[in-house]
Amino acid sequence: MSARQTLLAAATASILALAMAPASAQSLRYANQGDLKSLDPYTLNETTTHAHLGHVYEGLIARDKDLKIVPALAESWETPEPTRWRFHLRKGVKFQNGDPFTADDVVFSAERVRKKGSNLQTRIPADAKVVKVDDYTVDFILTSPNPILNSQWDTWYIMDKKWAEANNAVEPTPAAATAPSFASLNANGTGPFTVESHQPGVKTVYKANPNWWRKPEHNLKEIVFTPIGSDATRVAALLSGEVDVVEPVPIQDITRVDSSPSAQVLKGPEIRTIFLGMDQVRDELLYSNVKGKNPFKDVKVREAFFKAIDVELIKTRVMRGLSTPSALMIAPQLFKLSGDFTRPKFDPDGAKKLLTEAGYPDGFEVTMDCPNDRYVNDAAICQAVVGMLARIGVKVTLLAQPKAQYFAKVLKPGGYQTSFYLLGWTPGTLDSHNVLFDIMGCRDDPKSARGEANLGGYCNKKLDELTDKVLQESDTTKRDLLIKQAFEIAAKDFAYIPLHQQALAWGVSKKVKLSQRADNQVLLYWATKQD
Amino acid sequence: MLAFTLRRAIQAIGVMIAVGVIAFSMFRFAGDPVNQIVSLDTPAAEREAVRKSLGLDDPVPVQFARYFGNAAQFKFGVSYQFRQPVSNLLMERMPATLELAACATVLAMVFGILMGVYSALRRDTILTKFFQAVSLIGISLPTFLIGILLIYLFSVTLGWLPSFGRGDVVRIGWWTTGLLTLSGLKALIMPSITLGLFQMTLIMRLVRAEMLEVLRTDYIRFARARGLTTRAIHFGHALKNTLVPVITVAGLQFGSVIAFAIITETVFQWPGMGLLFVQAVQNVDIPIMAAYLLMVSLIFVTINLVVDILYTVVDPRLRSTIRRPA
Amino acid sequence: MSDAVVPHRVEPNTPTARAGTNWLRRALDSDIFYSFRRSRMTMVAAAITVLFFLLAIFASQLAVQNPFDPAQLQLMNSRISPIWTAEGQTPFLLGTDEQGRDVFSAILYGLRISLVVGVLGVILAGTLGITLGLIAGYVGGAVDGLIMRIADVQLTFPAILIALLVNGVAKSVLGNRLDAMSTLGVLVIAIGLSFWVQYARTVRGSVMVEKNKDYVAAAQLIGLPAPKIMLRHVLPNAMGPILVIATINLALAIITEATLSFLGAGMPDTMPSLGTLIRIGNNYLFAGEWWIVAFPGLALAGLILSINLLGDWLRDALNPKLR
Repeated sequence: MSARQTLLAAATASILALAMAPASAQSLRYANQGDLKSLDPYTLNETTTHAHLGHVYEGLIARDKDLKIVPALAESWETPEPTRWRFHLRKGVKFQNGDPFTADDVVFSAERVRKKGSNLQTRIPADAKVVKVDDYTVDFILTSPNPILNSQWDTWYIMDKKWAEANNAVEPTPAAATAPSFASLNANGTGPFTVESHQPGVKTVYKANPNWWRKPEHNLKEIVFTPIGSDATRVAALLSGEVDVVEPVPIQDITRVDSSPSAQVLKGPEIRTIFLGMDQVRDELLYSNVKGKNPFKDVKVREAFFKAIDVELIKTRVMRGLSTPSALMIAPQLFKLSGDFTRPKFDPDGAKKLLTEAGYPDGFEVTMDCPNDRYVNDAAICQAVVGMLARIGVKVTLLAQPKAQYFAKVLKPGGYQTSFYLLGWTPGTLDSHNVLFDIMGCRDDPKSARGEANLGGYCNKKLDELTDKVLQESDTTKRDLLIKQAFEIAAKDFAYIPLHQQALAWGVSKKVKLSQRADNQVLLYWATKQD
Repeated sequence: MLAFTLRRAIQAIGVMIAVGVIAFSMFRFAGDPVNQIVSLDTPAAEREAVRKSLGLDDPVPVQFARYFGNAAQFKFGVSYQFRQPVSNLLMERMPATLELAACATVLAMVFGILMGVYSALRRDTILTKFFQAVSLIGISLPTFLIGILLIYLFSVTLGWLPSFGRGDVVRIGWWTTGLLTLSGLKALIMPSITLGLFQMTLIMRLVRAEMLEVLRTDYIRFARARGLTTRAIHFGHALKNTLVPVITVAGLQFGSVIAFAIITETVFQWPGMGLLFVQAVQNVDIPIMAAYLLMVSLIFVTINLVVDILYTVVDPRLRSTIRRPA
Repeated sequence: MSDAVVPHRVEPNTPTARAGTNWLRRALDSDIFYSFRRSRMTMVAAAITVLFFLLAIFASQLAVQNPFDPAQLQLMNSRISPIWTAEGQTPFLLGTDEQGRDVFSAILYGLRISLVVGVLGVILAGTLGITLGLIAGYVGGAVDGLIMRIADVQLTFPAILIALLVNGVAKSVLGNRLDAMSTLGVLVIAIGLSFWVQYARTVRGSVMVEKNKDYVAAAQLIGLPAPKIMLRHVLPNAMGPILVIATINLALAIITEATLSFLGAGMPDTMPSLGTLIRIGNNYLFAGEWWIVAFPGLALAGLILSINLLGDWLRDALNPKLR
């Protein structure tokens, strides 16, 4: 044992010694609930990981503080024909090890991100061809038009071909890798920071990259990141000045943080939508006392559930004002015509009447699945829902579990084992099509990925047809109208019960200035810190 | 003597195998590791591929045999969360836990013995009553409540002590220590108290009871009759006699101190093995969980083995084991 | 588990107590009761313990609402501070939590769960431990070795780890059928399986001592069956220490349940025990809503403290050397 460990220890010793260097005035200390699990940018498709690696790596495009697409490693791009995208690359950019950035790196990264083991394979269609035109021009040739091709490319980070080849890192590190790869422990991007040391679960230190091609907005020398899982500890660390930025601040602690002399909370709407779903596909619910039929197949029952839930009360009491009740399954920032939709009014009496009409004058029993460590106050929201449904006679048994067990049960690999559930969804593309396809699409074709996150199996072929048209349509106005039509169908069917968009809450020391982005990526290259 | 030692050692190995079976079979079924690895919208086919590559499709006995074969060589596989060898992660975290456990134990011994001796000798003073009250609180307040209270008081309200982590650490070989820096020492204070409070209570009570018993024995009476000073009797004879069981119990308890550091480490976000374990449980990181259980068991079984062997020499009354609450 | 309050229940002047022939009454002869009456602290502790048991038993009569029934919770009434504060409201004596749950009612019902889990857990642990201890001590040899090795394996894991383990197994076996009531059962089993070793070791020890004594040999000689000898003659000799262990274990069991619930492996939020209430309330401590965590915390600490005091007294009282 000791020989093995000595070797391993020796390997990390030098890195760690550097991490222990004393902090300076412009050292920003940041704590997050979650950890940075791998440095390989293609291992994990997850917000926190993308945000972390976004300090080191960059994509062809970036998203600015308002989530608008802006040039990054690509200076400009055009679509000479609907199936061909041409990107003009930025010249003079160097990777952190000194290698120049060229079209070869883009072609390489496009291959690597689609390889087996990558968790970001859908960033580029599998059948798309990526062609180097010259050292600073790359073409993407598609088999069918896709107006939102580059919508997720802000987190498709470009890697250094030479570096990867030299270090045996050509293959992406699969999430299930049985041995740590070079790329999961080392990073070499073009971004504003370099990874100084990385001790998973304990500490990661980033150092400012003096050779960054852009003029930095930040004034930081280094960022020291520590994962702090416990809510109370994280808040205490911020209040006592041990860290400068924390994410998230539990909403009940916002007042206290705001009233402290040293820190405040940056608040803003998040683009994740929290909603309730119902099993509408089985002939008999898995967890209910109603036998021989499925009450949720009756639109009246779904409408009754919708109207029995008082989102405003959830907002004021459970979310302490920090949520935006939603009529749609997508955040208003992401869909222009959201304003055309309003939520049906809270109406418990009407709900009771609907239940009676549907043949359940005394309600029925059903089990609700709920995560208790995934979304803001998720279990508390579920409890509130249980209480509200109890008032119209529906007896809900709540099964609130940690996300590991919850997802194992309700997702496709677990066989969609749920009758009634709470889930949150951020469309990865920041576009409605993702919601229509993943959440609202019929899942009757086992070969298609359509409706894979449609845990309740809602299905309306007319909506699916519209969804397909939405993907092909490149005229934005027409496209928005198609989306609107599709959402109207879902609303009429009471396919889902959207609750709200939760709020972002970052705790920030008063010494630090920071911009908050609605996708909850904490990007510290926009931060400045006073002495 | 050799035969006894050998028999005990064989039994200890049997215990380890049993623990291995339990650890593996429990965590094989505690949750779905695949969901931890992939994201919410990963296609089902990809999930299946991940499942296969992890060997989660093999029959359970095959999975167990594979695991145990590797574990015997201290190869615990790669953590699902961190994608690093578990043995590497555990070794990285072990100094933190051992340092915390050692500090807690030393703290408990020093104060436990002092308070125990005092309250045995001065049975009815106010200070004794106070010590007894402290000891009652020590066993009556759950660890997590004590930790929360300390943080609330000393970090948030007064701002004297750090609320989380180890502070700055110094690396000596593969060991990291917080004992050589000011911030490291400050960070140790509250977690050590939280973790050590129960041990302290235990030791104080043990010392007190033993002292009272020893003071009643004939040889102390005889010593008194010989005209020895009270001080010489108390510390030269009585305390010396008490220390053997106290040290034995403290030794026996060291294993459970390490295990119970789970709660303290969680409250203070102490980057030790316990926190690693809790995070692993939350993320269904099977390799870490199983490895942790085996490591703690190994420490515990080793201590037990040593103590068992020492039993033949020392007082057999010590056999009654004292368990501690959470 | 009534052991903790037994001293209080025995009326010294009733002839039944005096003439009692079973082991319990013999163990609690007047000598011990005298020591009980002499210690004011013990009497207070006993009174508080009894009070807690009464509160738990009559929870449904004393509470203003059933905190386990979601239909009785009004979200409108959430986060009301205790009645004596400026924002206090009747009938919420100790305020309400974030779901509009009356803290006082929740404590009563939570107390009930904590005590049920604790008492049943201790009974299970005691039964298991005593049985195994008797068998190990009396039969000896390979059986003894096996049982004591199992005890060793068991000791490798502290109670909290075993409880987590039992919980995990139950979760995978019961899966979705694991509702609040079966969680209760799982907790009892978890605690029962965590604490039996001490009983087994104690009983085994006294069996080893007793079984070589003449009266046991005599009993064997007249052909009494082994189980009878053990239960009738050997066990009563170990009853004193067992009672002490049981009392102290009750406190430990309650702490273990609370810790499990605090770590999220115990009672669910919809049917909270004291530990669950503290876990929930802890989230609101920084927000200034201290009552959600403070009162359940005080109740838990008070309960454990008084049981521990009783246990201490019992131990001293049953140990003639310290009298």
